[in-house]
Amino acid sequence: MGAESESVVAARGLTRRFGDLTAVDGVDLEIPRASVYGFLGPNGSGKTTTIRMLCGLLEPSGGEAEVLGLRVPRQAEKLRRRIGYMTQRFSLFEDLSVRENLEFLGEIHSLRSRRRRARIAELIERYHLGEQREQRAGTLSGGQKQRLALAASVLHEPELLFLDEPTSAVDPESRRDFWEALFDLVDSGTTILCSTHYMDEAERCHLLAILDHGRVVANGSPRDLMSGLGASVVEIETDRPRRLRRRLSDLDGLISAAQLGARLRLLLSPELSDPVAAVRSALAGGDEQACVALVPPNLEDVFVAATQEHEEGEPR
Amino acid sequence: MSLLDALGRIAAVARKELRQLRRDRLTFGMVVGIPILELVLFGYAINQDVRHLRAAVVDQANTQASRRLIADAEATQAFDLVARVESPAELADLMRQGRVSVGLVVPSDFERRLDERRRLGAKARPLAQLLVDGADPANQAAVGGMLDLPPPFRSGLGPLGATERSTTFELRALYNPEGRSAVNVVPGLVGVILTMTMVLFTSVAIVRERERGNLELLITTPLKSWELMLGKIVPYIGMGLVQVGLILGAGALLFRVPVRGTPQQVVSASLVFITAALALGLFVSTLARTQFQAFQLTFFTFLPQILLSGFMFPFDAMPEPARWISELMPLTHFLRVIRGIVLRGATLADVQRDVWPLAGFAVLMLLAATLRFRKRLD
Repeated sequence: MGAESESVVAARGLTRRFGDLTAVDGVDLEIPRASVYGFLGPNGSGKTTTIRMLCGLLEPSGGEAEVLGLRVPRQAEKLRRRIGYMTQRFSLFEDLSVRENLEFLGEIHSLRSRRRRARIAELIERYHLGEQREQRAGTLSGGQKQRLALAASVLHEPELLFLDEPTSAVDPESRRDFWEALFDLVDSGTTILCSTHYMDEAERCHLLAILDHGRVVANGSPRDLMSGLGASVVEIETDRPRRLRRRLSDLDGLISAAQLGARLRLLLSPELSDPVAAVRSALAGGDEQACVALVPPNLEDVFVAATQEHEEGEPR
Repeated sequence: MSLLDALGRIAAVARKELRQLRRDRLTFGMVVGIPILELVLFGYAINQDVRHLRAAVVDQANTQASRRLIADAEATQAFDLVARVESPAELADLMRQGRVSVGLVVPSDFERRLDERRRLGAKARPLAQLLVDGADPANQAAVGGMLDLPPPFRSGLGPLGATERSTTFELRALYNPEGRSAVNVVPGLVGVILTMTMVLFTSVAIVRERERGNLELLITTPLKSWELMLGKIVPYIGMGLVQVGLILGAGALLFRVPVRGTPQQVVSASLVFITAALALGLFVSTLARTQFQAFQLTFFTFLPQILLSGFMFPFDAMPEPARWISELMPLTHFLRVIRGIVLRGATLADVQRDVWPLAGFAVLMLLAATLRFRKRLD
């Protein structure tokens, strides 16, 4: 256990089936303290189900998990005092004011009244909700709602915070402010587990697990994932991207091709020793203008490569 | 310490629920509006005492005795004379047109028939004819009492023989001597309204929380499911008592319905029933996924209760299988309890035969609801 003492979450072979569907399939996790750990995956990849199992809200069909040193779901009631959970959908009471919502949750967490008042004042200040203090939660803007939800989930100072697609309903500026607030929390020792399907959000995490069809298909820090990508990335600048894409469709070693405006971004198998030459020769004979270059991979490439390989059933 | 925490959490839920209720004008209006509306509807419109039927009369004898018979008949208030016509044919027209529902025909040989009655007693021919629009059986029942009207003998002259039937028994109606249906209906309404509003409010309150996603927030907190249930129930218990007071108060004011039992008895009986109804509401909420389903399910439990409990139709007149079913329903027992307390001044001990099934029902439903309402999501 000594080695795991710094892990806040440790899971082995975590599995959850709903009837015939296997939503989470043998997930192993190791989440270190005071970091932001991201679950990146498309809708239906098992992110929410995994989070719910780790909170003790869902019983695993197989495998085991230890969260903050407690077994879930057996010790889930005990765990609830030490974790915070921000749901995907705004789940506070829309017909109560900002202050009333926080007061209610403070009472639910059995905070004594003096401490409760101090803590609520502190959070309202920190998350810039002073002007909306007496406003009904239902009338807040997307960004304000999200800050209120964050305030509510950290009211009792949890050691571990679960965020389920926290920024899917807010504008980019609110998203940046939100992440600033998350890093403040990490600074004070909180561990955060965050699910997302945004690449820019995933890139901010310390560590990342890419989920696809209920399985972890890649994990590591975003930088390591990008540099260790088992594929080459080639971009073609062209006036006829859609036509080029059709012509390249039967190029050997092509993993994927995506259009980005006037560019085509190709993901190519590492078996090709000179990917640029291979692409050029495939395009030879056409009358399109094409400027082919090797570019550094980004997180989306990692994501596409990882999920594609998984679909073809080829282990890395 | 941990019990104190639990109480604190229950109080927090109850306070929150009250706050939300105060802001939900529609529900708040229903708390007050439904009892008053139903009281007025059932009290005035659905009046089972049939009186003041419109009537026409043909007096072909037109003697002093015949006029007295007509006056006596009118004095019963079963009908109001709205027309005098010359022939039975005209009377038949009026009835066919629906202008009157009762016709009184005094034949031209009325005096001879009266004489016959004096000599032969009950074996004589009838004195006159009463025509009734029998389509609504209630009309027949109302006029039925007229058949025993004593013949219009001049006072002191007639032998008592003619009225011997009515001296065989002396009828006294206890508790409701005037036979007003409001006296029976108003205490019954306490049960009906509580059944409807309590079951509906709780089931909708919980399902709404699930629909709006609030439950997702609550299940990750230390709040336990029984604490949530209890916290949600408490405000509605108070609400139910307000409704009881409202119905009985307005019933006394508008319909002169007496409350003979003590307030403590009324409150304790109501508390048992409110708990049973709320528990049923909680159970309904664990079955329904949307507020609309909660509405549907509530009415599904409400309809048989209102039809079979003895509120609409007398319990003793129902076929046996229906009575078995109705013994399973909380409203059936509560109607007996509340009518006993309000109208006959009974105590809970007097009607305990019906209090125990109510308490049992409440415990069973609470148990079922708590078991079904799991804090986990699977």
